[in-house]
Amino acid sequence: MKPAGLLRGAWLVLKKDWQIEWRTKARLTATVFFSLSTLLLFSFAMGPGIDVLREHAPGYLWLGILFASVLSLGESFRVEAENQSMTGLLLAPVDARSIFLGKVAGNALLLFSLALVLLPVTVALYDVNLSRNPGALALALALGCVGIAAPGTVYSAMSSNARARDVMLPLLLFPVLVPMLLAAVSATKFALTQDAQEQLPSWLKLLTAFDLIYLSVGFLVFPRVVEDD
Amino acid sequence: MPFWSPLALFAVVVALLVIHLAVPSTRAWMWKVSLGVGLVALTALVYLGLFWAPPEAFMSDVGRILYVHVPYVWMCMVAFTINVGCAIAYLVKKSWRTDALAEATAEVGVLFGAGGVLMGSIWARPTWGVWWDWDPRLISTTVMLLSYVGYLAFRSFTEDPERRATWSAAASILGYVSLPIVWFSVRWWNSLHQVQSTTQSLDSQMRIVMWWGTVTFLFFLFAFIVKRYEIARARQDTALEAPPEPAGREVTA
Repeated sequence: MKPAGLLRGAWLVLKKDWQIEWRTKARLTATVFFSLSTLLLFSFAMGPGIDVLREHAPGYLWLGILFASVLSLGESFRVEAENQSMTGLLLAPVDARSIFLGKVAGNALLLFSLALVLLPVTVALYDVNLSRNPGALALALALGCVGIAAPGTVYSAMSSNARARDVMLPLLLFPVLVPMLLAAVSATKFALTQDAQEQLPSWLKLLTAFDLIYLSVGFLVFPRVVEDD
Repeated sequence: MPFWSPLALFAVVVALLVIHLAVPSTRAWMWKVSLGVGLVALTALVYLGLFWAPPEAFMSDVGRILYVHVPYVWMCMVAFTINVGCAIAYLVKKSWRTDALAEATAEVGVLFGAGGVLMGSIWARPTWGVWWDWDPRLISTTVMLLSYVGYLAFRSFTEDPERRATWSAAASILGYVSLPIVWFSVRWWNSLHQVQSTTQSLDSQMRIVMWWGTVTFLFFLFAFIVKRYEIARARQDTALEAPPEPAGREVTA
């Protein structure tokens, strides 16, 4: 397939998923409320001391996104798992790599919108200052969401057909996401608070590297993962 | 330790495995010999490590765990590297043998890795004063271990053998790729792990014992992988014989 077909296929997959999502709104609603309650639970678990909460706010925010991502990634192939829709999609014909790109874009967008919804909540609950470096903050959030979505899409395509899929996804995904979590939390921290030693760029670079590596590995591996369906 | 020695370890194990797989007449005895030599070498290692080698300059006798801890982690890395090699080979050309070898190396690797991390933790307590620390090698080994535990769980939860083989190959590659990134990300936080335990930073007697330990566990690694591979092959045979093969699916042996 020609490169134009690849991107167009990805766009069509993305559009299809968003149309389903827009009509049901099931996934976004579920993830938003799940992560809201996670953030609230963190503030209960850590007690009322606002200084502690403010200091650890980036960690709570990313854990909220990470836990919610398991829900949303697990759902992302549920439509395809039913009625052998994946075979239909592959026979359409859509290049499997287009499906990967489209699904990654869809998952990353969903997580990014979730992060945008959560930001005002972190202001309310943890009293963080968002206006210090909003550009870097948005970049860190976007790169982090792509970082979750890229390996997450491959794993969710596999685990959506396995037994005990709800257990399998975090078991496979979380170890791989350790560096992404480290980098995303650090980048967010330095975008929200003082960055005396200018550490922010190096963490953003690490996040970018993580994204590129997993996008390319996923791009290569994904066709083999779905071809047997 | 010269920079090529991990590669040499890797090459020795791969060569042994290739001989085992390619020359049927070696299958009956090679792993037994390897296990026997390993057991003798292990007995010698106990003597060499505990009595012959001098105590470590800063850690005295506690440092003797080095002769087991470091080889364990090396064996784990060798096993996982063979595993990811099998995964790539499987995705390039499907074969039940590479899949069985991948299963065997993953399981043996987890065994050695868990032992290595556990011993590292025991060693860390008297020397660093903590059981656990933000150290690049510690964290990356543990993350690697966790991702392979996930890999094994995933294998046991997927019933269709062909899907299991393909998917776990993908999972193995995705997990292995994270290793260097984990290493860098944790290194940027901070580190108190002593400078890498290369054999060059050691006394010559200690260096000999560490190499002795490494070779000892290399024999065990080979024997374990071979036995586990045979179990995996036998399971594949029963799984593939039991139901009639679905039409149109071909897998080269």
